[in-house]
Amino acid sequence: MILDSSMRIFWPRRASAPALGMIVVLVLFAVPAANASVHEYRLENGMRVLVKEDHRAPVVVSMVWYGAGSVDEFNGTTGVAHVLEHMMFKGTAKVPAGEFSRRVARAGGRENAFTSRDYTAYFQTLHRDKLAMVLEMEADRMANLILTKETFEKEIKVVMEERRLRTDDQPHALVYETLMAVALRTHPYRHPIIGWMNDLQNMAVTDVSDWYRRWYAPNNAVLVVVGDISGEEVIGHARKLFGTIEPRALPVRKPQNEPDQMGERRVVVKAPSKLPHILMAYRVPKLLDPELDSEPYALDVLEGVLDGHDGARLNAALVRGTRMASSAGAGYSGIGRGPGVFMLSGTPSEGRSIADLEAALKAEVQRIATEGVRDDELRRVKAQVVSAHVYARDSMFAQARHMGSLESIGLSHRSIETQLRRLREVTAEQVQQVARRYFVDDALTVAVLEPQPLSVKRQPAAPEDSRH
Amino acid sequence: MWPTIHRCTYAVRVVDVSRSARIAVPDLLRLAAAILVIAVGSRNVQAIPPIESWQTSAGAQVLFVENHDLPMLDVSVEFPAGSGFDSARKSGLAALTQHMRELGAGGLREDEISQRIADVGARLRGRFDTDRAGSHLRTLVSMRERDQALDVLARVLQRPEFPQPAFEREKARIVANLKEADTKPDILANREFNRLVYRGHPYGLRSSGEVDTVAGLTRADLIEFFATHYVAEQAVVAIMGDVTRAEAQQIAERLTQFLPRARGPAPSLPLVTELERANSVVVAHPSSQVHILIGTPGIRRDDPDYFNLLVGNYVLGGGGFASRLIKEVRQKRGLAYSAYSYFAPLMRTGLFQIGLQTRGDQAQTALKVVMDTVKNFLDHGPSEQELEEARSNLAGGFPLRIDSNRKIHGYLALIGFYRLPLTYLDDFVKNVEKVNVADVRAAFSRHVRIERLVTVMVGGGLEATAQR
Repeated sequence: MILDSSMRIFWPRRASAPALGMIVVLVLFAVPAANASVHEYRLENGMRVLVKEDHRAPVVVSMVWYGAGSVDEFNGTTGVAHVLEHMMFKGTAKVPAGEFSRRVARAGGRENAFTSRDYTAYFQTLHRDKLAMVLEMEADRMANLILTKETFEKEIKVVMEERRLRTDDQPHALVYETLMAVALRTHPYRHPIIGWMNDLQNMAVTDVSDWYRRWYAPNNAVLVVVGDISGEEVIGHARKLFGTIEPRALPVRKPQNEPDQMGERRVVVKAPSKLPHILMAYRVPKLLDPELDSEPYALDVLEGVLDGHDGARLNAALVRGTRMASSAGAGYSGIGRGPGVFMLSGTPSEGRSIADLEAALKAEVQRIATEGVRDDELRRVKAQVVSAHVYARDSMFAQARHMGSLESIGLSHRSIETQLRRLREVTAEQVQQVARRYFVDDALTVAVLEPQPLSVKRQPAAPEDSRH
Repeated sequence: MWPTIHRCTYAVRVVDVSRSARIAVPDLLRLAAAILVIAVGSRNVQAIPPIESWQTSAGAQVLFVENHDLPMLDVSVEFPAGSGFDSARKSGLAALTQHMRELGAGGLREDEISQRIADVGARLRGRFDTDRAGSHLRTLVSMRERDQALDVLARVLQRPEFPQPAFEREKARIVANLKEADTKPDILANREFNRLVYRGHPYGLRSSGEVDTVAGLTRADLIEFFATHYVAEQAVVAIMGDVTRAEAQQIAERLTQFLPRARGPAPSLPLVTELERANSVVVAHPSSQVHILIGTPGIRRDDPDYFNLLVGNYVLGGGGFASRLIKEVRQKRGLAYSAYSYFAPLMRTGLFQIGLQTRGDQAQTALKVVMDTVKNFLDHGPSEQELEEARSNLAGGFPLRIDSNRKIHGYLALIGFYRLPLTYLDDFVKNVEKVNVADVRAAFSRHVRIERLVTVMVGGGLEATAQR
């Protein structure tokens, strides 16, 4: 499962949550201060603990977040953050391989883990009475993971199958992967989270254990619990179970700032498919200071105006109106440790060309740059954001994930309120300004899928056993 | 939000099968835009929400759970109008009828429908699977928002217009999407699999139709399908959230009073016949992986073996990392990222399917491992310990099935549509706990015969064979 906002661009959902990326919401009606009930602690070893009570059902969601993702990888070992995520289930002296999942399952729980560019997280959803049991196992594998060559050799094969499934056999995923690798020249966001196949083929268990020792420490972790439990109870468990783990000095992260783009970049991807596809990336700002920044919020609103619902501009104009496209979308990712990117995408209708669609997508943004957005459009985006805020309260998992993802990239969960307020303050002029300022050809990278017939044999990949 | 990769083992979504109708494919976690707010009020923990049920004046069945924890409302109206009600000649008609209802209704143009929904931050989604078709609305409960959203829903349900220009456009889009879909190995595999399992029964038709059949549909076909299948007497209204019983009654009336009335007995589906022998097909494709599907018609929703198979299949391939398929295929041998089995019970006999994807040159090895695993399971059944773990997960995990409005609403719609007892949730744990090893063995031997399974393999590195 790829939980990937960018994927939404490939298959634009209609009328779902607005304001992709920023996950910013505002409250127009009276609710108490949003985070009043979030309990926040810091253990002596530097580990942070956040607890949000939700007593609707006797269930808790528990997540341990590590502040290390694919952005922290070095050349030649791309994908190692995700490989360790897999290996974290391979056992400790106390909890043998497979036993973690088994105990959670026996307790009626669900569990899994995910890796992103910026972080890696492990989660369980289960009955409130079982929380201590999983926290004990999480604390154990934070410090005591056993990594053997034997288990690694099997699991790396699984990861390669995962890459084939998600990327190698998915033309739109290949387009996205290629686009990022071309749009960015130096910043590690240019590498796929799952890693380049050749790096997976040549990975060694020592790469994985190096990664574990480098990043898996309490002072690089956040425990987030949402559910039917008190803050005091969670902190009691956390002190006892995680509090004894020694902190470690974390590596210094280099900024690796991407140099300015000096002109348009274009790339073609050939893969078996029927319809062509275009994906366009503009370099834009990301959120650095939730209080002082304004452009990221304006870009969020711009995304909503273009693609926030079925009647938003791209679908109304290009799919329903001129019928230039069979699908069209926009997406902005403004929260992360790396550079911000705003994407436009689409598939032309039969008989229309990629060039026509590219021009039409650009024209929609240029129309906003010259004419601005209407008040009703602005209101509509904000209304959707308000309601998304309420609907999210129906999911304990979504709440835990939001808090954890912000904390893991250095933004406080408390900035959520700030973000709400700042997004509410976005004006039509600010939306027009960002459309004018950032959507220029010199900051654009375009990737195009050029369909190949199924009968064409693809170039055989290097055999995997060439790895030694 | 940047891309995230999961360790998830679960299946890539299979076309034509409703999630809620499936047994034991764990819910993929839906990561909606998340935000946290105030702690919500306390629901009576452990309690299963009381379901109220009544008929509207037009004859629709209503199921309602009143809950005031969150200021929101989920409403769905569904009909027996899924793709099972298509004919081979007009395959795709049911899906297009469902889809087109939102593109012009009650005097509102398609963009007005989208905008009015977005204006109040509501979400209106089509619901469609093999049996069911309808609409789901999520809205804030405040009066202006609720009223405007319900007004749009009432028009879409009762006064769709099927405007000709939008109809022609959507047909062209669907045809284009079908051409693209038919280049994808997973979709080709599913299409072939359903055809072989159902041999002419409408459950074997692709829900979106085929290029030729969709191109031949007319607006008159849609109007006729709507009048026949979207009738009040067959409607199931599910309401969950922050309204009173009196308000729910008004809402249900408003959404059903102008529905078409049945002109005769409800359309029924033909029975599914058992497979008489094994069948296998191999389709060459340039993909790096081979997609393998194995299965047979499984059970109907009203089959007394439902819980025996739910619990038993947890052991075979439904229990994620606890399942035998994952242990044999992935954990022991690293052959695949995902391997699973599920039953998808429907009005008539729904699928039993096993699936996995693996590198082309090891497809035969993987197939043998799967068949050996299945044979062993069918011959000997689960061990006592495995079954205990399965019951423990399913019973202990019951609170997770009803820990949000969305999930409870999903059960209301399911219980209503399949006429399950209103005590379905109350009885769930008891029904799981009474399953024993002998029951599981007997149930599997009644429904899955290893000598009569369909096997489909699509991908690279295979020699294509004709259907035997």
